Amino acid sequence: YINIYSGHTNNWAVLVCTSRFWFNYRHVANTLSVYRSVKRLGIPDSHIVLMLADDMACNHRNPKPATVFSHKNMELNVYGDDVEVDYRGYEVTVENFLRILTGRLPPSTPRSKRLLSDDRSNILIYLTGHGGNGFLKFQDSEEISNVELADAFEQMWQKRRYNELLFIIDTCQGASMYERFYSPNLMALASSQVGEDSLSHQPDLAIGVHLMDRYTFYLLEFLEDIHPASKTNMNDLFKVCPKSQCVSTPGHRTDLFLRDPGSVLITDFFGSVRKVELTMETINLTDPIEQLESGELQKEMHTYADQLPVSEIIHQKPKQKDWHPPDGFILGLWTLILLVFFQTYGVKHLKHIF
Amino acid sequence: MATTEVERRRGQLAALSIAAVVIIVGVPLWWRTTETYRAWLPVSQIKELAKLQLHLSADVEVVFARGTVTPEQQKKVPLTQTQNMEHRVDEDTALSYRYETRYRTATIMEEDALNQPTAAEADLSLHTLSESPSGSLVVYVIPESSSLLPQNVDVYIGQRRTALLRIGSQMRVGKTLEQLLAHMEPRIKQVLHVMSFSHTDITAALSNRVRISPGNKESIADSMRAFKSSPGYEITFSLLNPDPKSHRLHWDIEGAVETYIQPLLTKLSPVANFSIDSQTLYYAMLGVNPRFDSSRSTYTLNADSLAHVINPVEARLGSNAASSNPVLNFLLYIPDAHHSPLYIHDHKKQQVPTNAFHSPRWGGIMVYNVNEFYEVDTVFPVDINIDMAKVMGVFLAQLRLLLGVQSSTPPPGFLVAPCGNAGLADWELDRLMWSRSVENIATATTTITSLAQLLDQIGNIVINDNIAQQVSSAVTSLQLAVSELEAGNLGFALQYSKEAILSSERAFFDPSLLHLLYFPDDQKFAIYIPLFLPMCVPILLSLLKIVSEARQKHREKKPKKD
Repeated sequence: YINIYSGHTNNWAVLVCTSRFWFNYRHVANTLSVYRSVKRLGIPDSHIVLMLADDMACNHRNPKPATVFSHKNMELNVYGDDVEVDYRGYEVTVENFLRILTGRLPPSTPRSKRLLSDDRSNILIYLTGHGGNGFLKFQDSEEISNVELADAFEQMWQKRRYNELLFIIDTCQGASMYERFYSPNLMALASSQVGEDSLSHQPDLAIGVHLMDRYTFYLLEFLEDIHPASKTNMNDLFKVCPKSQCVSTPGHRTDLFLRDPGSVLITDFFGSVRKVELTMETINLTDPIEQLESGELQKEMHTYADQLPVSEIIHQKPKQKDWHPPDGFILGLWTLILLVFFQTYGVKHLKHIF
Repeated sequence: MATTEVERRRGQLAALSIAAVVIIVGVPLWWRTTETYRAWLPVSQIKELAKLQLHLSADVEVVFARGTVTPEQQKKVPLTQTQNMEHRVDEDTALSYRYETRYRTATIMEEDALNQPTAAEADLSLHTLSESPSGSLVVYVIPESSSLLPQNVDVYIGQRRTALLRIGSQMRVGKTLEQLLAHMEPRIKQVLHVMSFSHTDITAALSNRVRISPGNKESIADSMRAFKSSPGYEITFSLLNPDPKSHRLHWDIEGAVETYIQPLLTKLSPVANFSIDSQTLYYAMLGVNPRFDSSRSTYTLNADSLAHVINPVEARLGSNAASSNPVLNFLLYIPDAHHSPLYIHDHKKQQVPTNAFHSPRWGGIMVYNVNEFYEVDTVFPVDINIDMAKVMGVFLAQLRLLLGVQSSTPPPGFLVAPCGNAGLADWELDRLMWSRSVENIATATTTITSLAQLLDQIGNIVINDNIAQQVSSAVTSLQLAVSELEAGNLGFALQYSKEAILSSERAFFDPSLLHLLYFPDDQKFAIYIPLFLPMCVPILLSLLKIVSEARQKHREKKPKKD
């Protein structure tokens, strides 16, 4: 009776916008639009990990504060009043992203910041920002390489942290990020091939920046037609944004995926359709309920735990300062040696060396 | 001339001593300051554990009541037999099952117990005589003439660890004991498969290690339904009241949990810890509009639309922010006055008697109709006391399914006793403990082996002492768990396997094991060349010069010798 095709019982989504600053407005709008679609199709906030720099809605240059628009003429406000950003501002780092994927978070991390998937979870991972051939830039200060990403997915597979994983990336040269995958059950889509740039869609003259990227814009148009009971499959998703609309050539990779993409429903990743079974049995309980005396109910007094130093929290020995030679030591040492040598013996001895 | 010679010699000596300092002092210093601290891991033991050999053994006692064996056969009893079965699951995993069967005749007290009018009472009085240890079984063989079992039932499985097996009459007379035992064997095997471990259960428990292609639809559904083994679970009971203007609901959840659910959870405490909380949600609607069935003048939800009910509600259910344990949600939905009564229909348009459904690895929802408690013209809101026994009966059944306690349908001719007030029969607990131990051992070995592989592959990761300690303790616990399982001590095996899982998970998910330093080769060159090239070039050139001068001198000396 249960739909056994996909073998998953729950859905997760990890949506990451890797850029900050006002001129990267479109990346935040991309991510928030995907977030809205995924929520509309049923994945609850507790199963979405949203990482944004979140400096658009309240930016000094935003003419309409507390909004992020995805259509020009300010048609659709994707920020809304119920967006739940799990990692914001400077928390969006390569380290945190890899920690989420591999599960190696400090014990004090709350539930909403964790990816608590199991072997029956289908995970959607969406990345957007500025990228290059084999890397993706995080907040203009660091990068994640495609090798690290592939290794992170392999560690997820080793610990059976996913059933199937859909990876979508909307950056320049996005296809290079999925070249190195080697774990099973991964399907990947990218907005452009190696050597191509992904372009933005439309500027809004009132806001003054480009609002969305082309690939995500057409992806969203496609997702607008999907509802929780629709039967559209992945082959239709691969056709989204052909070269005529996107200027770049979107790519996809399905060789690691076990099922045929034509049998994979969009809602397997973007929505959260639960499997249900009817309960046919009941247990006959005959004992009457014991009456608890009110004195037995003890009020627990809650207090704050003493804050532990960070080094204890992440189980490391407090760092013994390993003795390192001071910076520039080697260069300084050799300069010194050469200077002393030439001073003692005079410059004319240079010919003995060279 | 002598001075130039002396100076040249000084130059050569300087170059040679600089080269010596670089090689003897510099290279070890550079090596020492750029290496990563890696504590020692018991790699050889981990490799041994990668080849998993599990031995499971169960003790069975077969007791012959009066009238089942002839006096000649009785002389050969007591008797002990051992059976071994080997299965190779895949190249790294092998299973062997051992059943040690002891045959004996019944004592006088047991005969009295078997003379009770019904099977349930016989079971109870047999239990008071002796309690079987965890993991063992007792099968009482009763003659055909006994009236304990109804006509078409051959085997009765009790609430504890006993079963009653009835043998046909023609088997007694004129047969030797061996033939009798051979005739009984298939039945006893079936009893063992139901009450103890079976090959399908154990291979299903190994699914973390071995990717087995699932057999049939039922086994896939079974494997997807129950939660994976975890050290703790959280259970949340929620009362959804979409219509507080009409219904004022009262439910004694604390008393109900204490009376009905807590006994089961206490009995399951060797397996996992449970924490329970409850909440009431107002104005929480189902996401689906029910249809009005005019023939029965009720509102119906048909089975296909049930899948969309859960998502809108789930957004409003909270969960404990501090723990990462899996959550089981049990929702009790009271339909609003305008959509009462609300019934769930299955695919054949029949009403589901429990009016409840559950979702694999999530929880269950029950619809409780309250329209009978008041008439149309009463003053709203109406005070309603919910019958917790009925509600908890359904939730308990769903809880059993979701925890993996429920067994598949028994073979024909079997009668399984209802599970009693604790909600769990002893043999069901044994089955759960077998499969949980195997699952924990399988998961822990996979975790440890993949961690060792990972640390081996990536040379840059620092291995702290605490990780090495966790790994060592995980390895020790695993070895102990495997040996306890072989000895048949189910309780200890489960405990060690839980410790192994905790240590291995803690080691694998330690926050310090993050590999962030990936240096492609060109970056490594780019870092080292500006540091080392300027000083190495003079040294190398001077060494070359020394060598060429020495060779020249050697060549000059040669003609002089002639």
